[in-house]
Amino acid sequence: MALAKITSVTGRAVPVVGNDIDTDRIIPARFMKCVTFDGLGEFLFYDVRQDPTTGRDTAHPLNEARFKGATILLSGANFGCGSSREHAPQAIQKYGFKAIIAESYAEIFFGNSTTLGLPCVTAAREDIEKITAAVEQDPQAEVVIDLVKLEARCAGQTVKLAQRESARDALINGRWDAIGELLDGIPAVKETARKLPYLAA
Amino acid sequence: MPQSLFQKVWDAHTVRQLANGQTQLLIGTHLIHEVTSPQAFGMLRDLGLPVLMPHRTFATVDHIIPTNELVEPYKDSLAQAMMDEVRKNCAEFGITFFDRATGKQGIVHIVGPEQGITQPGTTIACGDSHTSTHGAFGAIAFGIGTSQVRDVLATQTMALGRLKVRRIEVNGKLRPGVYAKDVILHLIRQLGVNGGTGYAYEYAGSTFEHFSMEERMTVCNMSIEGGARVGYVNPDETTFAYLKGRPYSPTGAAWDTAVAGWKSFASDPGAPYDDVVKIDAATIAPTVTWGINPGQGISIVENIPSPETATSADDKAGIIEALAYMKLPAGKPIKGTKIDVAFLGSCTNGRLSDFREVAKYLKGRKVAAGVKAIAVPGSQIVALQCEKEGIDRVLRDAGFEWRAAGCSMCLAMNPDKLIGDQLCASSSNRNFKGRQGSPTGRTVLMSPLMVAAAAVTGTVADAREVFAVN
Repeated sequence: MALAKITSVTGRAVPVVGNDIDTDRIIPARFMKCVTFDGLGEFLFYDVRQDPTTGRDTAHPLNEARFKGATILLSGANFGCGSSREHAPQAIQKYGFKAIIAESYAEIFFGNSTTLGLPCVTAAREDIEKITAAVEQDPQAEVVIDLVKLEARCAGQTVKLAQRESARDALINGRWDAIGELLDGIPAVKETARKLPYLAA
Repeated sequence: MPQSLFQKVWDAHTVRQLANGQTQLLIGTHLIHEVTSPQAFGMLRDLGLPVLMPHRTFATVDHIIPTNELVEPYKDSLAQAMMDEVRKNCAEFGITFFDRATGKQGIVHIVGPEQGITQPGTTIACGDSHTSTHGAFGAIAFGIGTSQVRDVLATQTMALGRLKVRRIEVNGKLRPGVYAKDVILHLIRQLGVNGGTGYAYEYAGSTFEHFSMEERMTVCNMSIEGGARVGYVNPDETTFAYLKGRPYSPTGAAWDTAVAGWKSFASDPGAPYDDVVKIDAATIAPTVTWGINPGQGISIVENIPSPETATSADDKAGIIEALAYMKLPAGKPIKGTKIDVAFLGSCTNGRLSDFREVAKYLKGRKVAAGVKAIAVPGSQIVALQCEKEGIDRVLRDAGFEWRAAGCSMCLAMNPDKLIGDQLCASSSNRNFKGRQGSPTGRTVLMSPLMVAAAAVTGTVADAREVFAVN
């Protein structure tokens, strides 16, 4: 199956400030009682977007009208830590996000996101703060994530991005979902299995 | 050239290099449960793909299963739908399913070892971040997302970049009242919740050599809380003794051949590591968390951190956010904090030795008035053994509810949940905001004996004092 070559993402951005934002916060476990990923977008950050006692919207940035329609999520260090639930990047993507810029990512979240064609790029704290300041001032400001040049451009500023090379390669060359390539390797898989006593039998 | 276990297992399971530089890695053993697998089977159907090696995938049900009302259909129709789905998928694709009727159901990370499915020198994957548990046997075990569950079902492989290896040596004897849980909480506190990102942790040293398999599992289980996707202990005689005679363990001549093979996977003396950390076991105290991630821990005799003592602006912001959520006073002792719920169980501490240790001290004691205390064995086999030994009786007599096997209040996908801002003394692995089922619920992580001490005093307490442990 042909996958899109994701060389850049352009859109408005919303800052969700903080470090160690875990996947339970991104999508609380009770919303995982489902047998498909459909509809997960509406539960993104559910428990921090709604006051649990009053049921009213909190001051969470995703509730702010000025950030409605943003497609780039800005955050801090160790984004997506905790549970391996793919429901987290699925919820982010289904909500409408096309990419994330953060200081760093938890390992499993990063891999899950890349496989969905949701680029996770990193930038230095001060550079994320620059973009944040720009979108705070003008939420309509367009942010361009250039995966080829590994830079982000916003409001006349250019900042450096980084991304693990295997992920960048997969995204820009349209092979971020590895299933096709893995299937092609099945004869070699069987060969490798034959050499391992616990699988040979 | 000496090699680490990680390198040997990785190399033995490498199928080939993929175009983007990642490795197509053979996953010998695949474990699935009801929450992260249904979508993967859906993807297989959409793609018209079969399961390549159905005999290498094993299923159970743990996350959503009720622990008190076991009769189906469950009151929660969504939970029942997930149960039906896993049954249907296993039947359709020819996968072994440890359903309740088999008597072997339980938390996936307890079932694998119990059945002897988890073996040294193998690769294991499961759509659950605590899959690192299986590393206790000298396996390389990965928590994966659902798309990768699909990949493993369809190809018995997944695309992965190689991890670095950090050797963590803990040497010496733990002080009385200090447990494997304290070791891992201490390590995460020292190395940080993202200190292990990009690493596999190799746990070694005399403390680990003397640990039982269950203690090793407790530590490996929480590797991911320190950011390390993989954690392992080199296989040794303790490992082999545990595996001998288990349903899926080799028998007869095949056993000897297997043991020889397993031994060959252990790290060689002088193997290279990307990093080495050494810890003196005697410096570890009973540890509890005070915040909203597992790295926010202190020893039971320390005071709750205050923003003024923060080491950086980030640390300060983290303390302020955590204390506001936890409603705990800065700079005051954590000891004496009132609790509402005590939870014994989870893939971290829901094994026989955990309940045995608690029962040893809980005999003749009573859960404090106003505390809801629940004990949830990690598997039906753990439950049965506890019942044979009278452990359930001791716990019930003390005032604990003795439940059926499952993940229960670790992540509260079943009916076991905190209510409002209840504070739970918990033997589980995560204290994230809302983790135990209430968006304002509060979790304090600790060892099982510390949970028992909290239950009987109604406060976060020092088990060494409460039970005169010495």
